[in-house]
Amino acid sequence: MKKFKFLEHTADIKFQAFGKSIEEAFANSSLAMFNAMYKEKIKSTKTIEISAEGHDLLSLLYNFLEELIFYLDSENFFLSEVKNIKIDKKEFKLIATLGGDAAENYKIGLDVKAVTYSDMQVSERDGKWVTQVVLDV
Amino acid sequence: MQIKKISNYEWEIPKTKGMNVPGVVYASEKLIENIKEDKTIEQVKNVAKLPGIIGRSIALADAHRGYGFSIGGVAAFDMDKGVISPGGVGYDINCSIRLLKTNLKKSDVIKKRKEITEALYRKIPSGVGRGSKFQITYKELDKLLEGGAQYIIEKGFGNKEDALHIEEEGKIKWADASKVSERAKKRGIGQVGTLGAGNHFLEVQYIEEIFDKVASEAFGLEKDQVVIMLHCGSRGLGHQVASDYIKAMEKEYGIENLPDRELINAPVKSKLGQDYLKAMSSAANFAFANKQLMTHWVREELETIFPKIRIDVVYDICHNIAKIEKHKVNGKMQDVCIHRKGATRAFGPGRIEVPEDYRKIGQPVLIPGSMGTSSYVLKGTKKAEELTWGSTVHGAGRVMSRSKALREIKGKDVENALRKSGIEVKAGSIKSLVEEAPNVYKDIDEVIETVHNLGISLKVAKLKPISVIKG
Repeated sequence: MKKFKFLEHTADIKFQAFGKSIEEAFANSSLAMFNAMYKEKIKSTKTIEISAEGHDLLSLLYNFLEELIFYLDSENFFLSEVKNIKIDKKEFKLIATLGGDAAENYKIGLDVKAVTYSDMQVSERDGKWVTQVVLDV
Repeated sequence: MQIKKISNYEWEIPKTKGMNVPGVVYASEKLIENIKEDKTIEQVKNVAKLPGIIGRSIALADAHRGYGFSIGGVAAFDMDKGVISPGGVGYDINCSIRLLKTNLKKSDVIKKRKEITEALYRKIPSGVGRGSKFQITYKELDKLLEGGAQYIIEKGFGNKEDALHIEEEGKIKWADASKVSERAKKRGIGQVGTLGAGNHFLEVQYIEEIFDKVASEAFGLEKDQVVIMLHCGSRGLGHQVASDYIKAMEKEYGIENLPDRELINAPVKSKLGQDYLKAMSSAANFAFANKQLMTHWVREELETIFPKIRIDVVYDICHNIAKIEKHKVNGKMQDVCIHRKGATRAFGPGRIEVPEDYRKIGQPVLIPGSMGTSSYVLKGTKKAEELTWGSTVHGAGRVMSRSKALREIKGKDVENALRKSGIEVKAGSIKSLVEEAPNVYKDIDEVIETVHNLGISLKVAKLKPISVIKG
């Protein structure tokens, strides 16, 4: 299965991410967001743990991705891999262990300013999860 | 969808169900066709549905789809019945343009353009995750958020005259740093004096053509003079302020009754509305401070190459902002809450907000072209005050997606094409060069002709790039 794909959007970045579980789809969403900024391989030299909460699946995805942007700006953490991710679908809570590298080690030419709710989707059909996100860049 | 042609440059979107006022697009025949292709018209109609909107919901010639409001959107709201909306400002609060003039001629810099480009690229931090060498404490950051460019000048990075040539003199008075979250401050503290990435840039340009001799003399511009244009905003701090207040407003008011989730808003005079105004103004001040510091570094760096160089600020102007301004409503001057999203203030002669030395002429309007194409200096007009709440366009506006650009354009081709037309370029990544290639934007000349012929701002000078620095 494809991890994610980018869709046409005139001014910004729009993607869909896929997974056999919601965890996989969320993990692939975060990888898609960083792939929009940098297409080459990123080393996994340090590990961080993050958590996010929401009041529904959309806000959980939004807050998860926003947390990663926060770590990029404040800690220079650029995501390479999702080592572990657990989602509580009833309480809309998430914890994740992530691997990445310092952003200054790469020449990154696109800055994600924010996650948006524009056209955002999280859905499941026959055990396949799909997310859709538009990023303001 | 029904759009009524009023004149060659004016298209009315008649008031239909749910709209409080009609909509209008100011564009040429060619540009309106571009604009109709995305969701812009629908977004103009949605804005017209917001409470307390006055006059018309406006889109300008460079409009394209945004979040909630379109980019190139302008709307004014009544202070008592109206709202303030983060969607009407955008995530990059006070994404803005500063123009510096020098005492150099084109011929002085052409031979040294490679050296200049390399030097400025080294000096001005750009890209993602490249932190600033300007380290400050959180206490100082609070002062910066409330003092804007003036705070940076007081610290010794610039002179008093610089501030006089900035919108709001580089310090928006509503700012209150206590309304900016810790999270936003953490994102921003390492980014003061950084350019960022995406469409942000620093260009060394020369004046190719003067259209208006009187105005250009007042602005201190002449043919073949070298100028420097800075385009950047409030970086992660501003983005976080937008996200924070979108969330807070959703929690307070819910999203059920909105025409579009991204149009979340609060009454202007409500606690949350006022808090957003204060936080957003703080982020705007961050952007002014950001460019002031970069101005200082540009001066420092170019002095090493040209010891006798003199660099002055022509003007510095907001492209993404909401403010309380005085405008004429039903024949009477009154306060309104104006939103400009991807739009520029364009006040005509006489307004007290225009710097004293430009007041007889009108406010300078700075319009960047896409990378490698012409940029323009215009002047604001009374006509803009009548038609568009004293506003005009902010740039060319995109027409091609980044993913399509990456598929169809090669980085080397962009670089070669720029070099061939005499432009030196230094970008952190080839990818950003492709994503910002000149042909992914609308034709800037067409956009400028539209606003000039319509009269909401008038051409003063055309600028051509010599050197481009990007993240």
